[in-house]
Amino acid sequence: MTMTAMPETEIAAPPRRFRQQAIAPWLFLLPGLLFFSVYVIVPIIQSFQISFYDWNGLDRPDGTSTAVYVGLENYRDLWDDPDFWTSLRNNAIWLVLYLLAIPGGLFIALFLNQTVTGIRLYKSLFFFPFVISQVVVGLVFTWFYDPTFGMINELLGLVGLGPVNILGDTRYATYGIIAAGLWPQTAYCMILYLTGLNAVDPEQIEAARLDGAKGPKMLWYVVLPQLRPATFIAFVVTVIGALRSFDLISIMTDGGPGFYSTSVLAFYMWDVALSEFGFRMGYGSAIAVILFLIMLIYIAGFLWKMYRDEKGV
Amino acid sequence: MFPTPIAKTSRTWQLTYQTLLPVAMVLWLLPLLAVMWFSIKPGADFTTGNYWGLPSSFEGFANYFLVFTGSDMPRYLWNSVMITVPTVAGAVALSCMTGFALGVYRFKGNLLIFFMFVAGNFVPFQILMVPVRDLTLDMGLYDTRIGLVLFHIAFQTGFCTLFMRNFIRALPRELIEAARVEGVSEWRIFWYVVLPLMRPAIAALAVLIFTFIWNDYFWAVVLTQSPESQPVTAGITSFNAQYRAMYHLMSAGSIVAAIPPVAMFFAMQKHFIAGLTLGAVK
Repeated sequence: MTMTAMPETEIAAPPRRFRQQAIAPWLFLLPGLLFFSVYVIVPIIQSFQISFYDWNGLDRPDGTSTAVYVGLENYRDLWDDPDFWTSLRNNAIWLVLYLLAIPGGLFIALFLNQTVTGIRLYKSLFFFPFVISQVVVGLVFTWFYDPTFGMINELLGLVGLGPVNILGDTRYATYGIIAAGLWPQTAYCMILYLTGLNAVDPEQIEAARLDGAKGPKMLWYVVLPQLRPATFIAFVVTVIGALRSFDLISIMTDGGPGFYSTSVLAFYMWDVALSEFGFRMGYGSAIAVILFLIMLIYIAGFLWKMYRDEKGV
Repeated sequence: MFPTPIAKTSRTWQLTYQTLLPVAMVLWLLPLLAVMWFSIKPGADFTTGNYWGLPSSFEGFANYFLVFTGSDMPRYLWNSVMITVPTVAGAVALSCMTGFALGVYRFKGNLLIFFMFVAGNFVPFQILMVPVRDLTLDMGLYDTRIGLVLFHIAFQTGFCTLFMRNFIRALPRELIEAARVEGVSEWRIFWYVVLPLMRPAIAALAVLIFTFIWNDYFWAVVLTQSPESQPVTAGITSFNAQYRAMYHLMSAGSIVAAIPPVAMFFAMQKHFIAGLTLGAVK
């Protein structure tokens, strides 16, 4: 800092320090902000722009873009695009069914919230699916569902049912993928609840027990209210996870069977913009914008809650 | 404690619980156990239709050996390491600074910048895809590991900043005030006072980010395409194409691809779970 040239006197010290305290936060923020702006903030704005263009992603030899301004046409085309509506409907199914991870996670957490020998290992093994990449989860479940040798059909065969080709049947495929996604997601919610259960006030539990509360009543009136922070986070991460679903669909069905029967917006956007049928960047960006706006509802809600918490402190 | 501790319940329920635990665990991990089972079988078992019976011979070593010698798998694994480790270092370094700036100083726009980081961390990847791919192409970094690393660092900074800022907020302010009264410069306060206290947060974030980045698939397929730069999540599809219908090898390959984050999790379990919950449930 240039101020160091000044004589170090009692009087000069305070302004120098205040000056430093005013500049320091910006210097500390600079690298992070720079990266984040270039790779996150600016691209969001650019995607909005590109969605008003018809563009195959290429430049002319002289370096100018081949994009043609088409106004709202991409959005009008989306309105008449059945694959878009299929994807949107599948997104809704994902969103609703994915929330089952929350009660599922709570159930397993309650089951495992004991102190017996080896329980720590059990907890880790139940959490295990969350640590594996979704690509591997997708592969594992694809084989699990396989109509010729999949374990699910072996089990169905034992009770005289099947075989079903879950991923090859447009009626079941989406549900099969969601079930695969619920596996790691339930594990995630479980760990959130296990941590939450650790923090539950034991005195309140004992007091309620003396009052004769037990089982489901105790859970509903005494335990769950104390687990609210965990439930909130479980809800946030599950909704985000549901809307981000891409890996499993890409690995397990690649959007099929048929035309985009298991597609969601995240997958459809990618397929439109980067598939071998030609790069439609503008159209893809329009889909991304719609997905972004849906997500924005949740982001705004999350920020609003955070804002209230900040002001409340 | 809820539910009632098992030690205080009837003997029958205690025994039921003790047997239920392993059964439930096997059921829960069934799809994974099936893949492990496949990975030790000889290829012949799949052509003769012996999918679930005992392996006609134990080929675990041969299968895994072939994964490492007969394919690009070692290269994919190495790429994953070279993408994941620099990203962890970069994102943690950047967010220590941003978290410090937002957690310690009061200035105009503090909350706004903080919320921008938080919101950015939640956006769908697709809204970034076309411009980021374009930018990477323009910089000549398409299909390189560094192109992927730069993006990952930038994106993870959102989540890491949220995490670090809340952690620093919970530190005793008196420490910083005391250092200021002593006339310690802001940079030295960061380096000698705050950073040593952030060790647990750094460890938790590092494990968490390692898993996130190792398991990333979307950006791997958007920003890379050749074995020279593809991480193992994207490479496994080429691997599977090479060994189409050879389930014993595809299974072994999947297990190999899944092991590093799993090993990381078991080695650093305490930090991992602290990271997952501390970052979220303050």
